[in-house]
Amino acid sequence: MAKPPGGVLALYRHVDAAVDSIRALKEKGHRDFTVYTPVPNVEIQQAVGHRVSPVRLWTLAGGLTGCVSGFALSLWMSYDWPIVVGGKPIGSVIPYVVIAFELTILFGAGATILGLLYHSWRTRQRGAYDGSCTDDRIGIFVPCPAERRTAVEEMLNASGAEEVRVEA
Amino acid sequence: MATSVQDERITQPTYHEITRDIAATLGKPSRTYYLLLAIAISVFGFGVIALLYQVRFGLGVAGYTPPVMWGVYITTFVFWVGIAHSGTLISAILYLFRSAWRTAVYRTAEAMTVFAVMTAGLFPLIHVGRIWYAYWLFPYPNQRQLWVNFKSPLLWDVFAVSTYFTVSTLFLIMGLIPDVAALREKATGWRKKLYELTSLGWRGTDQQWRHYTRAYLYLAALATPLVLSVHSVVSWDFAMSIVPGWHATIFAPYFVAGAIYSGVAMVVTLLVPLRKVFKVERYITVDHFENLSKLLLLTGMIVGYAYFIEYFMAWYSGSPYERASFWNRAFGDYWWATWTMLICNGFLPFFLFFKKVRRSIPALFVLSLFVNLGMWFERFVIIVVSLSFEYEPYAMGHYTPSWVEWAILAGSFGWFFMWFLLFAKNFPTVSITEVKEIIPMPRKERPHHG
Repeated sequence: MAKPPGGVLALYRHVDAAVDSIRALKEKGHRDFTVYTPVPNVEIQQAVGHRVSPVRLWTLAGGLTGCVSGFALSLWMSYDWPIVVGGKPIGSVIPYVVIAFELTILFGAGATILGLLYHSWRTRQRGAYDGSCTDDRIGIFVPCPAERRTAVEEMLNASGAEEVRVEA
Repeated sequence: MATSVQDERITQPTYHEITRDIAATLGKPSRTYYLLLAIAISVFGFGVIALLYQVRFGLGVAGYTPPVMWGVYITTFVFWVGIAHSGTLISAILYLFRSAWRTAVYRTAEAMTVFAVMTAGLFPLIHVGRIWYAYWLFPYPNQRQLWVNFKSPLLWDVFAVSTYFTVSTLFLIMGLIPDVAALREKATGWRKKLYELTSLGWRGTDQQWRHYTRAYLYLAALATPLVLSVHSVVSWDFAMSIVPGWHATIFAPYFVAGAIYSGVAMVVTLLVPLRKVFKVERYITVDHFENLSKLLLLTGMIVGYAYFIEYFMAWYSGSPYERASFWNRAFGDYWWATWTMLICNGFLPFFLFFKKVRRSIPALFVLSLFVNLGMWFERFVIIVVSLSFEYEPYAMGHYTPSWVEWAILAGSFGWFFMWFLLFAKNFPTVSITEVKEIIPMPRKERPHHG
């Protein structure tokens, strides 16, 4: 496993202080910082400014695949063993809607989870971390070379960080 | 810099207090916990012995008497699938409606859903007798090149219940990830290892939340129609046939309302002792119980209305078979089951119109037990009483459940409570993250200008 990048980790108690820091960092041209929060927060999400997650496309693709699979499975199996049941057509589309619906949900949900795992892995952020960020603190880690750390430290302190430490 | 937190802590816990209080529920189990677990395992063990007896001597040891070939096992299957429904209602549907009160109770309801479906899923297998051939229910390539009958509602059920189990389990696990990560930081020993493994490297980064919140939303959006479909499909096991008392278009909404009704009752049954034993009264308050009782009242009235409409349609249809079937329900051999159902589900919920009852936890607990009882009898009445009294008098019969069936029914409760108790001591039954979410993050005081 590659060594995590060095940089500055700041911890915040107040959400607006963290938002101020994020804005200040972006103004200074930092783009690859990581924000840790115990809960999702709209203000922080807006300040960070990510685009909508592509997980939704996985849900759509999974759902459509499930729907097609449901109809394909039931129709193909019916014609592969063509036996008349209750006087109904061999391939009775209406009852097969139930199978297609259930597989739409099943594949859609499965694909959503796979999408979540894939994109979380692909966009993983490996900077320094503090355990209090899953409890009650907001953390911001700014990866930067040693010569810029003092300036970043000062900036984070100025915007209301409770604790700022350099992570080599 | 002069900063101060807006003082909301007088009424609201802080984030740290939430983590601390809910983590405390996972501490060393008390004697009461071990006693309850021992009872649950013993009752489950009794059910297992009865099942082994049935496996050894065959389905003849159950009380099946033609024409009643669906009895306690199918009744209990429908009962447990129904119980499972309120979990997804509270975790998915109320999530989409942004209902804040759900956050404290949804984890219990969600866990209950998963364990209830696990329990329900056993019964079709027990009912078919030769459990080792249960895989015949699924379409799989075989030597005779036979496929399952996709026109049968019983097969729809296989797909619906399997999907429901998978999706509700995924939903439960996904909700647990940030909570487990919060617990990971303080845990020690094997628990730390367990939480490190199950938190999947969660650190609450902006990218993780970005994908997580979207995925959770879509999962909730998928689970919502699913919850409505599953009990509709279960109801079609009956409504698609021509048995008097079963063949009704009202069955799908009637079953869904009944399922949510029984599920909410079971949530109340579980939450009342849970909040006391785990000392989480600060998070699961009387207001939560009042909201749950409003849900009980609403669904109970829909169920009561469905009972009335069933009788009305039997009369209005002019069909002598329907009329005879419903007359038999109320005044035939099984009148006691029907009246238990009507009193528990149709009459008792009216007490919930009184605010005093809605806010009295002991009263709600007792009421929830009656609703659970009534809902089991509802399924018994629909299944057994209808089958015992079809068209031809010479083909009518009487079914009395055997001790084996009662033992397996009891065992199912032991199995369900065993899983729930094990879950409650190893994972948070109140969501740490979502309880925090409804409390605004602290802000620094801004200086006044001008």
